[in-house]
Amino acid sequence: MIVAKRKPFEEIKNLLKGYRKVLNVGCGTCVAVCLVGGEKEVAVLNAELDMARKLEENPVEMGAITVERQCDMEYLEILDSMVDEYEALLSMACGAGIQFLAERYPAKPVLPAVDTTFLGVNQTVGWYEERCRSCSSCVLGLTGGICPVTMCAKGLYNGPCGGTNKGSCEIDKNQPCAWYQIYERLKAQNRLDCILEITPPSEWQNQIPRTVIQPGYKKQEKK
Amino acid sequence: MRLDYPSNIKIIRVPCTGKVDVMHLLGAIQKGADGVYCVGCMEGACHYNAGNLRARERVMHVQKLLEEVGIEGDRVRMYNLSSGEGPTFAAYAKEMTEHIKKLGPNPLKKWARAKNKE
Ligand code: SF4
Ligand code: SF4
Repeated sequence: MIVAKRKPFEEIKNLLKGYRKVLNVGCGTCVAVCLVGGEKEVAVLNAELDMARKLEENPVEMGAITVERQCDMEYLEILDSMVDEYEALLSMACGAGIQFLAERYPAKPVLPAVDTTFLGVNQTVGWYEERCRSCSSCVLGLTGGICPVTMCAKGLYNGPCGGTNKGSCEIDKNQPCAWYQIYERLKAQNRLDCILEITPPSEWQNQIPRTVIQPGYKKQEKK
Repeated sequence: MRLDYPSNIKIIRVPCTGKVDVMHLLGAIQKGADGVYCVGCMEGACHYNAGNLRARERVMHVQKLLEEVGIEGDRVRMYNLSSGEGPTFAAYAKEMTEHIKKLGPNPLKKWARAKNKE
């Protein structure tokens, strides 16, 4: 899932400076699961903003709605009849969702309430760890299911580098060397030949926004 | 046991302090309450294992949120006692009341009053 952190309150308050009626739009998928931008977090942030602005004798009216997914136009539709009432929209979705919201309502200021951080896993409630950097050419099949792009400090497709030190990375002895872990796992699986395969460097394809069209679908007119 | 505790305190019963949510505490202050406190079982004695520990974490979180907003975080507190301790309950009620009196009224009170009149 996509993991995000809430922006510092001061920053959000500053973004809203000058607006008196704002709709806070949560997202019920990734950011709700990682406890940063779902229905509950929308309510908490709205309460904070309401109190802070009253203390400044400059109240703001905060609307609240949480859609199923902000990265899907289908779920943004229900906002159509609401947005006109508001001067600006605050979004608690990931960066993708925020942009889709801004794309649907180009005349409205759309402001982010979270910092989108990574693609990760849920270790336990409230604890998330990064696992993938969307490199577009996944090598997990050769690396024993451990991502070197994310877990190796240098993001090496082919490793380890000369800095590997008894299981640790040269940047810090508490930082495990991803390639050491890959080696250990492949050895245990009797697949050490995998580590000898050379993966060509990633093309610069990840420098421009990528598009995926799944087999059986084609690029259609945008709705 | 007939024990007096300050009459300004309104009790809201929950099955376990683990049920107390951030919004319950924050919402009370938002609506003009001068203070809110949770009274849970002794740490280590929760029937649901960690309800009172979660409550403490939420109380601490709300304290931080209030400070960010510009309200004294200490208007929200956590207390623990075991269910047989009536006198301790009354003592905590007194302590909290004294403490809040020192802090003075919730600065949001006038907004809450305006809303009630509407
Ligand atoms: S908008 Fe972002 S957080 Fe919400 S479902 Fe889509 S990807 Fe997940
Ligand atoms: S190699 Fe790593 S960054 Fe690339 S797709 Fe696989 S898991 Fe993600």
